[in-house]
Amino acid sequence: MKSPSPTTAAGRPSGRIRRHLPLSPWLFAAPGLIVVGAFSLYPFFSTLVNSFTDRRTLVPGSFVGLANFRELLHDEMFWTGLRNSVLYVVGVVPALVILPLLLAMLVQRHIPGITFFRSAFYTPVVASIVVVGLIWVWMLDDRGLVNAVLEAVGIGKVGFLSDQWLLLGSAMTVTVWKGLGYYMIIYLAALANVPRELHEAASVDGAGVVRRFFTVTVPAIRSTMVLVAALSSVSAFKVFSEVYLMAGPSGGPAGEDTTLVMLVQRVGTGLSGRVGYASAISVVIFVVTVGLMLLVLRADRKEDA
Amino acid sequence: MSFLKTTDAEGRRVPGWQLVLRYVLLLAVLALTVGPFLWQLSTSLKGPNEDIFSSPPKFFPSDPTLDNYSRVAETIPVWDYALNSLKVASANVVTNCVGSALAGYALARLRYRGRRAATLTFILAMLVPVEGIIIAQFTTMRDLGLNNTLLGVLLPGSVGAMNVLLMRNAFLNLPVEIEEAAFVDGANVWQRFLRIALPSVRGTLAVVAIFAFMGSWDDFLWPLIVLSDPENFTLTIGLNYLHGTFANDERLVAAGTIIAVLPLIILFAGLQRFFFRGVGEGAVKG
Repeated sequence: MKSPSPTTAAGRPSGRIRRHLPLSPWLFAAPGLIVVGAFSLYPFFSTLVNSFTDRRTLVPGSFVGLANFRELLHDEMFWTGLRNSVLYVVGVVPALVILPLLLAMLVQRHIPGITFFRSAFYTPVVASIVVVGLIWVWMLDDRGLVNAVLEAVGIGKVGFLSDQWLLLGSAMTVTVWKGLGYYMIIYLAALANVPRELHEAASVDGAGVVRRFFTVTVPAIRSTMVLVAALSSVSAFKVFSEVYLMAGPSGGPAGEDTTLVMLVQRVGTGLSGRVGYASAISVVIFVVTVGLMLLVLRADRKEDA
Repeated sequence: MSFLKTTDAEGRRVPGWQLVLRYVLLLAVLALTVGPFLWQLSTSLKGPNEDIFSSPPKFFPSDPTLDNYSRVAETIPVWDYALNSLKVASANVVTNCVGSALAGYALARLRYRGRRAATLTFILAMLVPVEGIIIAQFTTMRDLGLNNTLLGVLLPGSVGAMNVLLMRNAFLNLPVEIEEAAFVDGANVWQRFLRIALPSVRGTLAVVAIFAFMGSWDDFLWPLIVLSDPENFTLTIGLNYLHGTFANDERLVAAGTIIAVLPLIILFAGLQRFFFRGVGEGAVKG
């Protein structure tokens, strides 16, 4: 994938445009720097600091060392949340790496009407996650469309939204459904850069469609597949809305479908919110997120060797 | 172009059976991706006397009515919520376009000490996962006294770090010579920015605007945390409230979701290429 290089020769500011009032660059950058500083970087550092305190919404709190992290080790809900968020990555990422690629190959050819299909497949990306969540809550309802169809064909009702594991699986399906179009567009751009000659050479050598997929397409777009894996695993680990909407604010039966971000929201907000403890969970989210990125990038490098 | 003479991008003929197979698959995926929206639309148009739980399900309403749309407005102030969402989303477009164009220009074109530090600041900010800092954002808003206000909903995303970096790249890709010529002609930095650089990056600016609108209109987690008073709800939070409180009436929830999704589908239908371009640029950067 082409990455616009930030230091192209044409783009480097030439020495001749140097003169402007000494303050004006800072005036230009100020709104952005203030917003980003006040609402991203400051909260980031204050999350780190708060994680070592027993701060609550209305109580400033004091330094408690590693007490929050020690408490995490014994908090069953934390382990439930971590398990569900990790399961989410395991369940969602392979589907989001493979299915959008197949979809991109399906819409790659310029056949009549293809622009319509591409756009239609992108529609779930445009819709709010709340809209998508509520649509599927209705679709998967005990008396909803999916169960009506399952009953009509004789399979019978399935409790998609009442069983702990089916709920998590349903939420994953919704995540994949909403993400398909987005990653399809990323793959389309990558597929357009695969040299046609490679496919032709492979065809001449007698390679069929499946063979060409594995020997030509996959190697040529591997870096894009790694990118998709990285993007989707980070966002899957931070899942909130799908599960919140489908399983409810308390996270399904006995809270067993709670994810880490749901736990942060539940523990840290409201008038009695435990800011310190929620920050400690947030720190775990930071660490795992960075870890996932490194893991994916490392997997990429290993395959290179 | 006749159906059977269809050729691919390189002008080679696509065999007929392959074409048929492709269309069958395309239609299947179409049913899967657009079908649920249509089912929701159909549910929202079914009257109170029609059985929405019928088995086998009936796709077309027997007696279509807009009744549910007025009833949902009686249940929750859905149009006020839509207006709140519109206010925040529009403001988000303005602040993101202005803020990221200005900062992007400073990072790309202006020579000053600390430019690298400023660029690094935006890169670091882009890497901070929002979900990990919401509690701290919440306490920051409390300290500012902006909890439960639309301004509080707007502020954290009002200048997105990724948008700043997108604009920076757009400015870097412009040839510097024109601006040098303007400089020689005596144009000051503001004139160079406004008259020369900005008009040349309209495409990227449009991408920033669209994604700022969509991101704000669709956002759920942050408004859920910062808004507590039903009077100030945005549409997504209002829908969640409707779903939680009046879950029994599927027709109303369906009408509400259609109200929430229709503006974006219209926007998307009109401005597709910018949506797709945004995916490419955002993915490479983000």
